[in-house]
Amino acid sequence: MRVVITGLGVCAPNGVGLTNFTHSLKYGICGISFHQELADLGFGCQIAGKPEITDFDMDNNFTPLERKGLNSSGLVYGFIAGAEAWADAGLKPMGKDKPDWDSGVIFGTGILGTDKFRESIHLIDSKKTRRLGSTSVMQTMASGISAYLGGKLGLGNQITTNSSACATGTEAIILGMERIRSRKAKIMLVGSCSDSGPYIWGGFDAMRILPTQYNSDPLRASRPMSATAAGFVPGSGAGALVLESLDHAMARGATIYAEVLGGAVNSGGQRGNGSMTAPNSEGVQRCIQAALSDANLNKNEIDVINGHLTATSKDADEISNWSKALGRSGKDFPYINTTKSLVGHCLAASGSVEAVASVLQFKEEMVFGNSNCDDLHPEILKRVDVTKIPLKTISYNPNMIAKASFGFGDVNACIIFKAYKPD
Amino acid sequence: MTNQSHYETLKEIVKIYLPEDVSISEVTEESNFISELNINSANLVDIILDVEDAYGITLENEDMEQMKTVKDALRIVNQKLLEKQ
Repeated sequence: MRVVITGLGVCAPNGVGLTNFTHSLKYGICGISFHQELADLGFGCQIAGKPEITDFDMDNNFTPLERKGLNSSGLVYGFIAGAEAWADAGLKPMGKDKPDWDSGVIFGTGILGTDKFRESIHLIDSKKTRRLGSTSVMQTMASGISAYLGGKLGLGNQITTNSSACATGTEAIILGMERIRSRKAKIMLVGSCSDSGPYIWGGFDAMRILPTQYNSDPLRASRPMSATAAGFVPGSGAGALVLESLDHAMARGATIYAEVLGGAVNSGGQRGNGSMTAPNSEGVQRCIQAALSDANLNKNEIDVINGHLTATSKDADEISNWSKALGRSGKDFPYINTTKSLVGHCLAASGSVEAVASVLQFKEEMVFGNSNCDDLHPEILKRVDVTKIPLKTISYNPNMIAKASFGFGDVNACIIFKAYKPD
Repeated sequence: MTNQSHYETLKEIVKIYLPEDVSISEVTEESNFISELNINSANLVDIILDVEDAYGITLENEDMEQMKTVKDALRIVNQKLLEKQ
């Protein structure tokens, strides 16, 4: 059972909606900015990537009742991206009486509605629990996002939320692919979202893994693969994809972006050089190889990689792992890029936002450029020829794109997208 | 405030909770919130909070249980306002 992508949606710091996002990726437009709120709270890192949601976006996506008391940014991003993907696939919400039993949602997140939860905690602590209203639960339960999407679209297959830290988005795509492959669903809306704000980002600031020296120069702050990478810039947003069985997509004449050829998830078990916060290199290599094997591909068939590449000292390790897993280096290494130089690290949303960026490269016939790495890390240059890390968007027809994400807990996810050519 | 103005205030509160296919003109004093106006039962909790805010009163659980129709709501509001004086 072949699985294809028939719809995309995105809510990213450098572009809400496919048109804006594509434009930003093509021209290297960065969505990272200074946030006074973080400065006022005494954060070391006072910059972040946050999607700009307009009143127009809100009116377009939410009824006045839904907007009342809505204070869950991840839910807003996730719904906007998911609804865009559904419409982009040429699909409509079901009518009032019956759900679509063959379509489901796997939409991940790390934690949802932190601002709403904070609001609730304040009310509870001041003995006003009854003032929480009816939407506190659904705005703060992790599965709030899949429940919301499933309800608004009227879907009757599996509706769930996965959570595997920064691998969440990529994992959601793999889970959706597997469900369609096993013939349990015909269409799966997959993706992930992550809240904005100090209550999401604070813990990372406390770990001192965010850059502190770019508060007055936010556009240069996110520097994956650079010798001067100083930590990841926190981000937020959502990405969404409509996955569909090839037969179903063809029967309804849907436009196909790409095929989801295969994927794999695993964990390094926090053994070897792996830990809660760092990946076990062997685990990463095994995950990449398992994805290739699931896709029935040779190591030399991948021509573009969208890495996890967050802008920490681990970037060189990641490149080394790709090189070892694929047995390729120098000029033989695939093109590689990272979306994070333009949006920061969107945490639980990163995998899906970056998967959307990866897949858009088929349609645009491009490999999107990397920003802020004109000073490539010397350890990376030992493995990869400089021409394989484009600093500006280049014209190219990708055939096989590998996308990987790695998360806290030493968890890995790797997926392979293939250019779709009708037989 | 007269009963009529309480009624208008209440209608204004209820408006946002009506499903798309129920118009505000269908609301009468006899309307049952759930069975006739098709308001989601979870939203009754929110209507109570809005009523509390509009009148500066506090409604108890028993009040909520008795509040089946628009008329019930008006009676409870009037009673709470009297108690407040």
